[in-house]
Amino acid sequence: MTEQAAAPLQPRSMGTSTIRLDGRLKVSGAAPYAVEHPADAPPLHAWLVQSTVARGRVSALDAQQALAHPGVVSVLDHTNAPRLEDTSNGELAILQDARVGFRGQIVAVVLAETLETAREGAALVRVTYQAEEHAAELRVDNATYRPDSVNPDMDTDTDEGDVEAALAGADVVVDETYRTPYEHNSPMEPHALVATWDDAGEGTVLDLVDSTQGVHGVVSALAPMLGLEPGQVRVRAPHVGGGFGSKGEPHSHEMAAALAARTTGGRPVSLAVTRQQMFALTGYRTATISRFRLGARSDGTLLAIDHQVFEQTSAIREYAEQTASPTRMMYAAPDRRTSHRLAVLDVAVPSWMRAPGEMPGMFAHETAMDELAVACGVDPIVLRELNEPATDPETGKPFNNRRLLDCLHRGAQRFGWSGRPAGARASADGEWWVGTGVASATYPMMVQPGNSARVRSLDGGRYSVAIGAVDIGTGAWTVLTQIAADALDVDPAAIELEIGDSSLPAATVAGGSSGTSSWGGAIVAASQLFRNDHGDSPDPGVETTASAAEDPVAEEYALHSFGAVFAEARVHRYTGEVRVPRLLGVYSVGRVINPLTARSQFLGGLTMGLSAALFEESYRDARFGHIVTQDLATYHVATHADVTGVEAEWLDEEDYVATPMGSRGIGEIGIVGTSAAVANATYHATGLRVRELPLTADRFLP
Amino acid sequence: MDSEISLTVDGRRHTVAVDTRTTLLDALRDRLGVTSPKKGCDHGQCGSCTVLLDGRRHLTCLALAVSYDGAEIVTAAGLGPEDDLHPIQEAFLDHDGLQCGYCTPGQVCSAVGVLDELKQGHPSHVSQDLEATPEPSDDELRERMSGNLCRCGAYANILAAVREAAGRGQA
Ligand code: FES
Ligand code: FES
Repeated sequence: MTEQAAAPLQPRSMGTSTIRLDGRLKVSGAAPYAVEHPADAPPLHAWLVQSTVARGRVSALDAQQALAHPGVVSVLDHTNAPRLEDTSNGELAILQDARVGFRGQIVAVVLAETLETAREGAALVRVTYQAEEHAAELRVDNATYRPDSVNPDMDTDTDEGDVEAALAGADVVVDETYRTPYEHNSPMEPHALVATWDDAGEGTVLDLVDSTQGVHGVVSALAPMLGLEPGQVRVRAPHVGGGFGSKGEPHSHEMAAALAARTTGGRPVSLAVTRQQMFALTGYRTATISRFRLGARSDGTLLAIDHQVFEQTSAIREYAEQTASPTRMMYAAPDRRTSHRLAVLDVAVPSWMRAPGEMPGMFAHETAMDELAVACGVDPIVLRELNEPATDPETGKPFNNRRLLDCLHRGAQRFGWSGRPAGARASADGEWWVGTGVASATYPMMVQPGNSARVRSLDGGRYSVAIGAVDIGTGAWTVLTQIAADALDVDPAAIELEIGDSSLPAATVAGGSSGTSSWGGAIVAASQLFRNDHGDSPDPGVETTASAAEDPVAEEYALHSFGAVFAEARVHRYTGEVRVPRLLGVYSVGRVINPLTARSQFLGGLTMGLSAALFEESYRDARFGHIVTQDLATYHVATHADVTGVEAEWLDEEDYVATPMGSRGIGEIGIVGTSAAVANATYHATGLRVRELPLTADRFLP
Repeated sequence: MDSEISLTVDGRRHTVAVDTRTTLLDALRDRLGVTSPKKGCDHGQCGSCTVLLDGRRHLTCLALAVSYDGAEIVTAAGLGPEDDLHPIQEAFLDHDGLQCGYCTPGQVCSAVGVLDELKQGHPSHVSQDLEATPEPSDDELRERMSGNLCRCGAYANILAAVREAAGRGQA
């Protein structure tokens, strides 16, 4: 593999609003999602059987009745499923033994000729368990396990200076506990795939058409477990109906389909996880408890920041949300400390959900900052000005382009912040208390190693550009085409982009706001090397594959994006109902490559943040260990009527320290700080400080 | 138990054998290969499976196929094929009223249904005067579109698209 240092790209197509290239396919419903791909042979349908105890063993599994049902072909369980070569991933190593690690875990897979018979067959499988005592409740007192690191590989704890002494000497102390609930990503396309196992010939053995955020990630997770070489597994995902992190890593249903496909003599297996099953099987955000302490001078200058996080992981596979990570770099304070402790529970495996760490952590931090502003009698924006750090408090490095204050000031102007009453419960409109709130947003800039792209000249001055990236709704089809066009200095119409296939050059996950930066960097590197090697008018059929060399300059900086979120909340005086008629986000994210689709991403993040603020809560019944709110009628997400004046804008800038495109990544930041801005607005409206999401009506009733 | 039914889907007539347990959505997607309507929940909670059934918007996941023998169904694919889109679909494109696109065919069918219901004078929960012909105000459009969830959060842009299709331009 050739590594090429990518030179900064001059924008021509980048920066212009470009209608989604896959848009026509999508508005007509012609874009095929995972199980909609026509298979070579009529597939068998798989239906999952899930455990009904939280911990224990399957003592007997009787498939007789299921097998007798017309249409049912086979039932796979731990006694007859193919063996895995590696069972260290406790989430993916299903059907290997009788152990049950959480309620809802896959204990059997029914294969049948139709969806209806598969479903009926699953209902007819009789499973008996030897149940054992389980633990499924997160509390501060049982969150005592200290992980070696937190997601993805950050320090578990940090400690600088003497926090206790600084708090003892502070004029003002805020010492409160903030909570965020379990949340489920709930993309509209449920997780689904078609798996085909064919070991008759050379080459691909396992072929998956999957709904995933990373085709190569699925290959590298599944292949070794199944005893296959990476080259023997092919994963395709041309169109994916959202993911928000839940499709970032493979989950157990993907293994279920792969194992099932191995038993069918080459016949494809189609498996669509149901909406209800998603609440146990496809990841979620852990609930978090943040004890937050801020110590400040009476004018609001911070002296100490202490953020102790208590959250949960699963006993069968560790996942530690990096909830305190933004606390480490957000504001200046000489004495500072963060920690993460986990309760290890017999529950489904938590995973990434949009802005893991930043989303719950900044709810706590930005609500605490609002409390400090009130306690010191200073405007919340002035408080943030006062505590702006000169360099990154965590690493000591200079920031590449920290424009938090510019975002706050621009937002204040557009939102009409000045003239806001200083005190709470100061404005009413009929039966509604009215208030406004603000919060900061931040998200780290990340470029993942391990991406490469292939550029090939075609007839007529056209170019094929290929990388195994995935468009989960972010606009990658369009944005990568724009980047390739600028990198090759041609019109976007001359680019034929290929993505969503693990047989293309390697690409990392569509996640962590790192997709466009990582894939785009590889495309720029390969394009520039292509021009170097083959000139401006190459013969058709020549090609270059390359990855971007790591940029040593970027190492010298603390790379982050910033934003400011403003909300107006109205809280009904008698019912406690909360409405948010206005929500504005202003962002500093480097260059915006496609303003049309970028705005959608920001609005989408803000809308999901609003949804988290007002509605979202997965309720776990600790007695049984499962999520009770396991459908869209009980797990409420925002709908049209909830979303009124949501707006987003961004600062006009570019950041070539971050990427050769000058961009930094935009997928997550819209959800960060949003629920704090709404909560702060409800405080301003009512004078009631709610420190727990969601902000349901009952919290505002006396 | 299988039964034979006939359905006209996007102008094409099909005769198909379905299990009596088969939903209209599965009959379309799984038996007929019509995958424009999406399955987001299979429980009538998300709107992804919305089609126009005998002219009105309808969830197909909460309907058993056998009770719709002879029905006339129009999906988003039938409203406008890729190369000849319906004005509402064009408006979705122009306003970027979609991201992942999974809810989109349902949103499009719902939007067509909503505009027709407004024209016919059907009131909604937010209509002040139940007798008057409702205006396609933002409140009316949002209220009427609320059965269609979009987890990508494209609501603001979907509203702009439907507003334009309702003849209210960029207001
Ligand atoms: S799939 Fe029919 S409403 Fe969700
Ligand atoms: S566009 Fe993804 S759910 Fe609506």
